[in-house]
Amino acid sequence: MSKTTIRIPTPLRNLTAGAGFVEVDAGTVGEALTLLERRHEGILQRVLDEHGRLRGFVNVFVGERNIQALGGLDAGLEEGAVISIVPAVAGGTR
Amino acid sequence: MSASQKRLAALRESVGEVDPLEALELQQRGARLIDVREPDEVAAGSPEGALRIVRGFLELRIEQAVADTETPLLVLCAGGARSLFAADDLERLGYTDVRSVAGGFREWKNAGLPVEVPRTLDAEQRERYGRHLSVPEVGEEGQLRLLDSKVLLIGAGGLGSPTALYLAAAGVGTLGIVDDDVVDRSNLQRQILHTDARVGRSKVASARETLLALNPSLDVRGHETRLDRHNVEEVFGGYDVIVDGTDNFPTRYLINDACVKLQKPNVHGSIFRFEGQVTVFWPSREADPGPCYRCLYPEPPPAELAPSCADAGVLGVLPGVIGVMQAVETIKLLLGIGEPLVGKLLQYDALQAEFYSLRVERDPGCAYCGSEHFPGYVDYAQSCAAPVAVP
Repeated sequence: MSKTTIRIPTPLRNLTAGAGFVEVDAGTVGEALTLLERRHEGILQRVLDEHGRLRGFVNVFVGERNIQALGGLDAGLEEGAVISIVPAVAGGTR
Repeated sequence: MSASQKRLAALRESVGEVDPLEALELQQRGARLIDVREPDEVAAGSPEGALRIVRGFLELRIEQAVADTETPLLVLCAGGARSLFAADDLERLGYTDVRSVAGGFREWKNAGLPVEVPRTLDAEQRERYGRHLSVPEVGEEGQLRLLDSKVLLIGAGGLGSPTALYLAAAGVGTLGIVDDDVVDRSNLQRQILHTDARVGRSKVASARETLLALNPSLDVRGHETRLDRHNVEEVFGGYDVIVDGTDNFPTRYLINDACVKLQKPNVHGSIFRFEGQVTVFWPSREADPGPCYRCLYPEPPPAELAPSCADAGVLGVLPGVIGVMQAVETIKLLLGIGEPLVGKLLQYDALQAEFYSLRVERDPGCAYCGSEHFPGYVDYAQSCAAPVAVP
């Protein structure tokens, strides 16, 4: 179990009562996201599809690395790891 | 004999001189010929292939131009006097093989040696871009390169406004702007190209007016159209860099796919409320190619997962931050300086006052930049802003 910070992107912050960061104790990225869902219901379906796979327009990073390069949701976490959820954002506001 | 004449006679002994023909031969064998005359003298002609560093900045700029202090240097001025002083200074800096060209450019020309008329900035440009000229990484050569550059901005909106203003101020010679919209009062909270008096007018026309007021010598080309698969290649054709400041996914994928196909760097910025991201997608980069947009997000989100455009909202200043960073990256690409934001997504969280960068890897299996065969353009249904946002 490692103390991990999950960075919540702005588009999802109304599911975390505005919080930009959520702290969990988890061993893998998948566990951290499950704990996040337990704390803030409804958030996980925005990140994972109905089969539990990462949605194509969302990326998850541990530190600065994409979890795709680290073993996906099974990627392990070190003490003090920072997980960033990064959805595609189109806005340029014309 | 005056003091300066005495000094010159001594320098002729200590520094040593070569005549123009000898100088040319040495130049052909790898010596660097440095013309230290003033810009107005150089404008009328200068030895072919010479480095041109004005005497006043010689000591400050020589290392940037010639790093190896053992490179043979030949210094030239108009008649061979200033070049002796200059050569002496270069020796003091540590250059080991420095000589002055006797008779200077006058004798060079009389001997019928090769001369070129270098392109230079005119007096007005020299004044306008003075602060660029003082930066060794830009300098006159870089400024001329910016003036010769052609950049296409997609969207004259929140992101496009600051990008366009700074690129125009920097002297990027040709700025294309694609937008089919008209100015709305609700745009003015962030779209600083436009004005209240221009509400209802075309954004492209409004942008043009603002940019030419800032820098009248630019070529500002308006493309008053919505990009689609039929016109995208024609519109992109003549430009060196594409700057994506659009507001919707279908256009972002179209821009990406066209940039991959036409091998153009794509300076990408996007924003949502208090958060923005900027990166450069450039899979055709020769050294160390980067990912494309589809390596990061292979497909756009389905429309039902995207909130309506009006719901998205944004802090008006935020596109300023991101758009300005897009301008910085564009100028770096045009000048070929520094480390471009390739393979790195820079995220800005305004509320936390934090920047952090994420690595974006190239996907070797990417259907677009990872394939020899271009799969074609896709028409996606319109969807807005951020697909995960909770309405």
